[in-house]
Amino acid sequence: MASHSVTLRHHFETSEQQKDASTIGMWMFLVTEIMFFGGLFMAYIAYRGAYPDAFAAGSQKLNIVYGTINTAVLICSSLTMAMAVHSAALGKKNLIILFLILTLMLGGVFLGIKAVEYHDKYVGHEIPGANFHPELDNKNVSVNNVSLYFALYFGMTGLHALHMIVGVGLLLFLIFKTAKGAYTAHWHTPIELFGLYWHFVDIVWIFLFPLLYLIDLHPGK
Amino acid sequence: METAAIVKREPRTYLNVDHTLKGWLLTEDHKRIGILYLIVITIFFAIGGLFAALIRIELATPAGDLVESGVYNRLFTGHGIIMVFFFLIPSIPASIGNFLIPLMIGAKDVAFPKLNLLSWYLYVIGGSMALTAIIYGGIDTGWTFYVPFSTGYASGMVMLTLVGIFINGFSSILTGLNFMVTIHRMRAPGMTWFRLPLFIWSLYSTSLIQVLATPVVAVTLLLAALERGLHIGIFDPTLGGDPVLFQHLFWFYSHPAVYIMILPAMGVTSEIISTFSKKEPFGYSFIALSSLAIAVFGFIVWGHHLFVSSQSVYAGMVFSVLSYLVAIPSAIKVFNWVSTMHKGSVQLTTPMLYGIGFIGLFTIGGLTGLFLASMGMDVHLTDTYFVVAHFHYIMVGGAIMGFMGGLHFWWPKITGKLYAENWAKLSAVIIFLGFNLTFFPQFILGYMGMPRRYHVYAPEFQVYNVLSSAGASILGLGYAIPLTYFLWSLFFGKQAPANPWGATGLEWQIQSPPIPENFEITPVITEASYKYSHEEAAHVG
Amino acid sequence: MSNHPDHIVPVRVYILVFLALLVGTGLTVFAATIDLGRFNIVLALFIACIKAALVVLFFMHVYYSSRLTKAIVISGLCTLLILFFFTLTDLLTRGAVQGSTDWVGVPGR
Repeated sequence: MASHSVTLRHHFETSEQQKDASTIGMWMFLVTEIMFFGGLFMAYIAYRGAYPDAFAAGSQKLNIVYGTINTAVLICSSLTMAMAVHSAALGKKNLIILFLILTLMLGGVFLGIKAVEYHDKYVGHEIPGANFHPELDNKNVSVNNVSLYFALYFGMTGLHALHMIVGVGLLLFLIFKTAKGAYTAHWHTPIELFGLYWHFVDIVWIFLFPLLYLIDLHPGK
Repeated sequence: METAAIVKREPRTYLNVDHTLKGWLLTEDHKRIGILYLIVITIFFAIGGLFAALIRIELATPAGDLVESGVYNRLFTGHGIIMVFFFLIPSIPASIGNFLIPLMIGAKDVAFPKLNLLSWYLYVIGGSMALTAIIYGGIDTGWTFYVPFSTGYASGMVMLTLVGIFINGFSSILTGLNFMVTIHRMRAPGMTWFRLPLFIWSLYSTSLIQVLATPVVAVTLLLAALERGLHIGIFDPTLGGDPVLFQHLFWFYSHPAVYIMILPAMGVTSEIISTFSKKEPFGYSFIALSSLAIAVFGFIVWGHHLFVSSQSVYAGMVFSVLSYLVAIPSAIKVFNWVSTMHKGSVQLTTPMLYGIGFIGLFTIGGLTGLFLASMGMDVHLTDTYFVVAHFHYIMVGGAIMGFMGGLHFWWPKITGKLYAENWAKLSAVIIFLGFNLTFFPQFILGYMGMPRRYHVYAPEFQVYNVLSSAGASILGLGYAIPLTYFLWSLFFGKQAPANPWGATGLEWQIQSPPIPENFEITPVITEASYKYSHEEAAHVG
Repeated sequence: MSNHPDHIVPVRVYILVFLALLVGTGLTVFAATIDLGRFNIVLALFIACIKAALVVLFFMHVYYSSRLTKAIVISGLCTLLILFFFTLTDLLTRGAVQGSTDWVGVPGR
C-alpha cells in the first residue's frame, strides 16, 4: 500500500514501521501495568502468607457466584474483542461495531456486578476504616488482619475496575470512530492496541479471581 | 532579481522556524521538548540548591540556631524530593537525551512525539504539586516517606506531594517507553546496534529501568497516600501491616533509580572521553553491554537499603553479595575510559575537564558504596554522613558533572552558539574544588559517627561541618557562573560551526542548530562509529 | 528488523481458546471446593497461568509476533518475579536466626 497515506505520521518512513513501533510501544506500556499491579500482588503475597486464616475468613465473605460469573463475562468479552480485531483486519466495519458493542456490554455487566458486590460490602461493614466490623464465621482471627485482606480486595479490584472503566470509555470512542469510517483493513491500529489493553485487564482478573474469591472454601477443618 | 545587495539570510533552524508561544508549548519537536525540560530542570535545581544552602548554613554550627528541628526536617525532605524526583531523574535523559537520540540514530523525531510532549506536561504538573506542598510549609517525612510516620504522623501536605511524585513518575515511564521504541525501531539504515553511540546504549539501559521500576514506586506511593487519606491500614503495624514491606516496595524502584541517575552521565562521559582523546572508545562492546548489565543487576540489590530495618539477616547476605557484583560493570567502564585516554590525543576542553572529573569522583563514590554494601560495616555507617557523602559523590560528583559536561559538549549543537571557554574552564575547576571541599569532610564525619538528618550535633564535628559549608558556598558559586555565560552566549555568543570539537557521530554532520527535520535526507551508515583518522588525531582543535 | 507480516488468526483458534478458558475457570472453582490443603493455591495459580498464557499467546497474538514482542513480555514477567522472589528472601526467613516458624511474615504475629 502507499507509504504516504493520510495515517502515516511524518517521522516514520513506512506504515509498517509505524505500526510496529505502536505495537511494541503498547506492549511496553502493558509491562508497566504488570509492574503497577505487581506491587499490589506483592503485598497480597506478604499478608496472605502471614495471616492465612484471616485471609480465608475475609474471602468467605465474597460471593463466589458473582465472582465466577464475572470471570466468565470477561472471558467472553475477550473473545468478542478478539473478534473485533479480526473483523477490523478484514475491513468489515459493521462486524467491528457489533463486536465492540458486545465487548462494551459485557464490560458493563462486569462493572454492574462489581457495583453490587461493593454495595454488599458497604452494607456488611466490610470496608476498611472507621466502620469496619464484618461478621466472621471464624471468631479466632484478628479483625485487624481481616481488614488487611479487605484493603487488598478493594485496592486490587478497585484498580482493576478503574482500568475497566477507562476501557469502557475507550470502547465508546472506538465505536464512534469506527462508525465514522476511520478504520480500514490496511490501518486499524487503535483497535488492535485497545485489544491488547482489554486482554491485559482480563488477565489481571484471571489472577484476582482465585486469589481473592477462592482462598478457602472449606472452613473449620 | 536583486544582485547588488546580497542579504545574509539566517539559515532555517528548529529555533527560528516558529517564534510563537504556541509553537513551544504545543511543539512535537523533540529538540524543543528537550529545551522545555532543560528550563524546568534548571529551575528545580535552583530550588533544591536553595534548600541545600539553608541546610549547610544551619550545619555550620553545632547548635540548632538557624531553624528548629521541625523546619530542618522539611529542609532536607524538600531538598531530597526536588533533587531526586524533579531534577536528577529527568535531567540528562529528558533534556539532552530528548534532543540527541533522534539525531544520533538518524531519525526525524522520537517514536511518539505527542507522548513526548505529554511527558513534559506531566513533569510540570507533578512538579507544581510538590512545589505547592513545599510552599505551604513543606513536609517532614524525608524523601523516603517511610511508614508509619509518613502515613500516620507526619504533618504537612504529604498527600499532595505523593500525588505530585506519582504523576511525575508517569512522565518518567512514558519518556523511557518512548526512547526504547525509538532506539529499537527508528534507527537509520545501516545503524546497527553495535554502531550506536555509547550515549544511546546508556540511555536505552536507563529507559529500561524507568519503564520496569517506576510503576512499583507509583503503586506504593499510591497505597501510602490512600493509607494517609482513608486510613485503610495497608502498612499499619497496629493492624498487622508491615512497614518493612513499604521499604521493600519503595527501594525496589529507588535503588534502580540511582542507576537512572548515573547511567546517562556515564554515557556522556564515554562520548566526551572519546572525542577529546581523538580515539575510539576502548572496549566499545564492553562499555555498551556494561550499561545493560548495570540496569539488570541494579534490580536485585535493593535490600542493601534495608540492612538495619529488621529485614532478615539471610536476605541481607543475599543482597550484600549481589551489591558487590553490581560494581563490576561500573569498574569495567572506568578501566575502559582510562584506556581510551591512554595514548590518545588529549585536549583539556571544558567537557573533558568534566569528563575526567567524573571518572575520579564517580570512582570514589562507587568505592565507598562497597563499604556500605558490606553488612558488617553498614551497621555502623548507615544513617551517618558517610552515606550522605557516598551518594553525593555519585549524584553530584558523578551525575551532575556528567550533566554539566554534556551541556558544555552539546551546547553549540543545541543553540548554535559558543560559550566563553575560559570562564567555562574556570567554573569547572571551581565546581570540582567546591564539591570536594563540601563532601569529602562528610566521609570523615560519618566515620566519626555523625548521624544524618540531624540539625544539631556534637561539638567535635564542627570543624568538618564548617569545611563542608564553606565548600558548599564555593560549589554554589561554581554553578552560578555557567548559568551566566550560557545565557550570555544565547545573545552574544559566536556562531557555532557544525562540528566545533571534531567529533564523530551523526549529530555533528548536520548544521548547528539543526533543521526541524534533523536531516535533509535520511543518512545511511556504512561504517563503524568513532572513526578518528590519524590526521584528526594529530590535529588539535 | 522490520515487523512480521500481518497474520490473521483463524476464528477457530479463538473459539478453542475461549472454550479452554471457560473450562479452566470451571476447573478452578471445582478444585477449590476440594480440600487439597496447601496444594489448592498451587493448583489454582497453575490453571490461572495456563489461562493467562492462552490469552497472551493467541488473543494478544504473541505466538505470531516478533522476537522483540516476546522479549518484552518475558522481561516484564521476569521483573515481576524478581520483585516477588527477593522480597520473599526476607519475608520467609525472618525467624531463621532463632529457628524457623512456618511463616513469620510480620512482627507481632
